Amino acid sequence: MQNPAIEYDYTVARWFSYLAILFGILGMGIGVWIAFELAFPELNYVGGEYTLFSRLRPIHTNVVAYGFTLSGIWATWYYVGQRVLKVSLAESKFLQGVAKLHFWLYFVTALLAVISLLARYTTSKEYAQFEWPLDILVVIIWVLWGISIFGLIGIRREKTLYISMWYYIATFLGVAMLYLFNNMEVPTYLVTGMGDPLHSVSMYAGTNDAMVQWWFGHNAVAFVFTVPIIAMIYYYLPKESGQPVYSYKLSLLSFWGLMFVYLWAGGHHLIYSTVPDWMQTMGSIFSVILILPSWGSALNMLLTMKGEWHQLKENPLIKFMVLASTFYMLSTLEGPIQSIKSVNALAHFTDWIPGHVHDGTLGWVGFMIIAAIMHMAPRFFKREIYSKKLLEMQFWLQTTGIVLYFSSMWIAGITQGMMWRAVDQYGNLAYSFIDTVTVLHPYYTLRGIGGLFYFIGLFMWAYNFYKTMKASRELEKEPAFASPMAA
Amino acid sequence: MFGWLERNPFFFAVGVFLVIAFAGLIEIVPDFAQQSRPVAGAKPYDLLRLAGRQVYIKESCNACHSQLIRPFKIETDRYGMYSLNGEYAYDRPFLWGSKRTGPDLHRVGNYRTSDWHANHMWDPTSVVPGSIMPAYKHLFTNETDLETAYAEALTVKKVFNVPYDKDLDGDGKIDVPLGTFEEAKQRAFQDALKIAEETKRKDLVDMVKAGKIPEVVALIAYMNGLK
Repeated sequence: MQNPAIEYDYTVARWFSYLAILFGILGMGIGVWIAFELAFPELNYVGGEYTLFSRLRPIHTNVVAYGFTLSGIWATWYYVGQRVLKVSLAESKFLQGVAKLHFWLYFVTALLAVISLLARYTTSKEYAQFEWPLDILVVIIWVLWGISIFGLIGIRREKTLYISMWYYIATFLGVAMLYLFNNMEVPTYLVTGMGDPLHSVSMYAGTNDAMVQWWFGHNAVAFVFTVPIIAMIYYYLPKESGQPVYSYKLSLLSFWGLMFVYLWAGGHHLIYSTVPDWMQTMGSIFSVILILPSWGSALNMLLTMKGEWHQLKENPLIKFMVLASTFYMLSTLEGPIQSIKSVNALAHFTDWIPGHVHDGTLGWVGFMIIAAIMHMAPRFFKREIYSKKLLEMQFWLQTTGIVLYFSSMWIAGITQGMMWRAVDQYGNLAYSFIDTVTVLHPYYTLRGIGGLFYFIGLFMWAYNFYKTMKASRELEKEPAFASPMAA
Repeated sequence: MFGWLERNPFFFAVGVFLVIAFAGLIEIVPDFAQQSRPVAGAKPYDLLRLAGRQVYIKESCNACHSQLIRPFKIETDRYGMYSLNGEYAYDRPFLWGSKRTGPDLHRVGNYRTSDWHANHMWDPTSVVPGSIMPAYKHLFTNETDLETAYAEALTVKKVFNVPYDKDLDGDGKIDVPLGTFEEAKQRAFQDALKIAEETKRKDLVDMVKAGKIPEVVALIAYMNGLK
């Protein structure tokens, strides 16, 4: 059981938490801005060429995925890792140093990444835009994290790896493999001695490049937005609720099932493209099969609350996590539906896709990271959470925001998809392309408002966290389960 | 077995890796060699077009425009012949995009002209009322980086055997000459002047004559070649 002698070292976990809040606000602030740009194009010119939609869009996706989410993942890793392995970072000066180096190198790389994207350095591949020198830095950061994981495992007291550890290890391995292969590129300056030293050209051409990119792109979603978030919920939900995980067997099935099935599903991004037909079909079929392990994890979490549903009413952190599981279920049902060929023919290239991405990222990833960091705050600072009421308000405001976001994007996507394929009585196309754009204005506006709600919620979160750190009532000892909070 | 794996992290990690690597191995590797073959008539990008393609990438045009026409009548009616695998053989990276906030551009060269593009990039609503695309006025003054484009062409020629300076169709003539940087540059300027004149914009013509190719001219050269 709990070893009272272990003093866990939360320094780096704390640093990454600050960064998650910072990057959350930055990345989603840009997101709200570009959402409104689509509704009101004059906003494109506010900052000259630097605020054009096309310039900001990759910055939005990268800051949210690799700024906010990775910071959240590492904040939780440097907290959960020690606790489930029953070993403190402070026991190894080496691992402590690696953790700090990991943080600082990551911070510097993230800043360079934003600057380079603003300066138009991009490889164009979605979620893999960074040019080769940044890729090398990313690899070093990843290796440092690997040392941290396996180093801590090496000196662990608890011999059996808890479920969260499975998922952290899988995140590490999955991203390493995907990132390396998708970013294979030849720096042109090194070959010719001419031109821009930062420029590179992809090792793969055309259809091959697309195959590798979406094998990567889809599974970047898997191994950044899904796998490590499951690692979190398997730790924080049982901990916050004081309930044991519902089923070990279900967690086994879900984990190994997810690992095996997820990688096949990348092909669903390439349906009706020029990749081989059998691969498109495989992508489609495996996407549908993917419902099983995804819902397995989500149901395992929801059933963990069995008999304890009154906590949902009493504890806002439980609200965040239960709704996160629910959005995970929604998102992992919606994705497979969009992967069915006939649905994909309608949905692909439309706003339904960003709609799908955002009910996953805002609802599942965002809510889980928010809950995890607020669960850790009382443990970091030995103080109770500053305001339960504020947390409640944040929850409802952000939930409303997500609902506005995805419902407007569903309507926009399906409307546009239907208009693209509409024909008149003679079989001619009924609408010009621009007709199908102007019709979206109200939905783009609504989406922006939904995003704005979520964004305001982030400030409530940041304020609550800051006040918890500075001005909240001090605790005598670390809370075991439910996080204490002031009304 | 699972209980044992959970107590032996090394074998656990190996197990996870094998399970996740499996799909990529089966899906991607078998078709790799076949998929990169060019269709008859496909040619590598000449210097100006390649430079224009780099501008397209730098500005992330692919964030809103696809280059992939799906094999449906409603798509071929709107955009032209559906896309073929071999047409992309010289696309590094591919630029299919994933979202059509604006229309597909894979065959935009068939139905738009240089002056249309110039007007459109200067003020999209002047040619497409209601357009939500922003203007890209900085492309009218930025100078095209021909040297980096040449470095890329030379790299793919050397490393991937992209057939520059070769007779592809057997008519005894070189199809896409590259040559030295000076030779390639000279041809790029000839092409650029022609396009600048087609745009009917004096500022663009003057800039080319003064020895600088505006980025928008390279971009138009690239888009005119998308057929």
